[in-house]
Amino acid sequence: MTLEGRISLITGAAQGIGKEIALELARAGSDIAVADILFDKAEETAREIEALKRKAKAYHMDVSDTDEVHQTVNQIAEDFSKIDILVNNAGITRDSLLIRMKREDWDKVLSINLTGVFNCTQAVLRWMLKQRFGRIVNIASVVGLMGNAGQSNYAASKAAIIGFSKSIAREIASRGITVNVIAPGYIDTPMTQRLPNEVKKGFLNQIPIPRLGLPQDIAKGTAFLVSDDAEYITGQVLNINGGMYM
Amino acid sequence: MSIEEKVKTIIINQLGVDEGEITPEASFIDDLGADSLDTVELVMAFEDAFKIDIPDEDAEKIIRVKDAIDYLKAQAKEQ
Repeated sequence: MTLEGRISLITGAAQGIGKEIALELARAGSDIAVADILFDKAEETAREIEALKRKAKAYHMDVSDTDEVHQTVNQIAEDFSKIDILVNNAGITRDSLLIRMKREDWDKVLSINLTGVFNCTQAVLRWMLKQRFGRIVNIASVVGLMGNAGQSNYAASKAAIIGFSKSIAREIASRGITVNVIAPGYIDTPMTQRLPNEVKKGFLNQIPIPRLGLPQDIAKGTAFLVSDDAEYITGQVLNINGGMYM
Repeated sequence: MSIEEKVKTIIINQLGVDEGEITPEASFIDDLGADSLDTVELVMAFEDAFKIDIPDEDAEKIIRVKDAIDYLKAQAKEQ
C-alpha cells in the first residue's frame, strides 16, 4: 500500500481514464476526492472506491469555473484535512478541421483542458506548499506531441499542458512537489469510442504493440508517478502509447 | 503574543532563519535568503495568521521585516 494516508483529488473521475486512475490510487491505499461535472456518475465512482475500503467523496466541479474550483478545493481540504495528490484529467474534444472550426469549439476545449489545469493546480498548490509535499500529474495526449488532423484545438490544449507543467515543476521543485505529465496514446474510453471506425483503424495501424491502450495502462503509470518511489522525477512526460509515438 | 513576536515566529518557521538574524531592517531576499516563492509563501502565512487578505500591490511593498510589522500593525488598527 504505497499511497496509504494520502489524499488524492482526481478531476474528470466519473468515467474513462479518470475513473480508472481513481480506483487504482484507491487500491494503492489513497483516499479519493472524485471531481467531475457529471456528479451522479462521480458518486458511482465514489461508491466503488468505498467498496475498496477507502474514504471517497464526489464533488461537482466544472474545472473551467475558477470560483467553483477554488471553493470546491477548499471544501475537499476541509473534508479530508489535506490534499497530497492532484491528477488533472478532465478533458473534452470538439473535433473538426480547422477551416470549419467554430470559435466556440476552440474556446470550450481550451477553457476545460488548459484553463482547467491552471485553475485546479493553483487552487491545490496553496495546500501543497504549506505541507511541503505534493504530487501533480497532468494528463496530456499523444496528440499534443504528434498533432492530429481534426483536433487542432485539442492538440493545442494538450501541448500547452506540457509547457505549463514543466514551468510549474521548476517553480515548486524545492518544496517537495513534483509535476509530471502522462501522454496517453489511443486509449479505449468513452472519448475515443465516439471516433469513426476508419479513424480507429488508422490509429491501430500506427501502434507497434497491437492493441488499444486501456485506462489501466494510464492508471498504473499515474500510481507510480504519485508514489514516494518517484520523488526524483519531475517535469517529465511519460508516454503510455504502445509505441505509437517514440 | 505581540504583532512583532507573531511576525518573527512566522519568519523563523517559513525561512528557517535564527531569531538573531531578524532585525527590523533585514530584507527577506537580500539578508534572510528568501527566494521569490518564499516571499509569496511568507505573505500567505501572514494572511493566515492575521486572518486578512493582502492584495498583491501591498505585498510587493513588504520587503523588510519592518515593512511587514508596520503593515500588519496598520491592518490591525483598521480592524
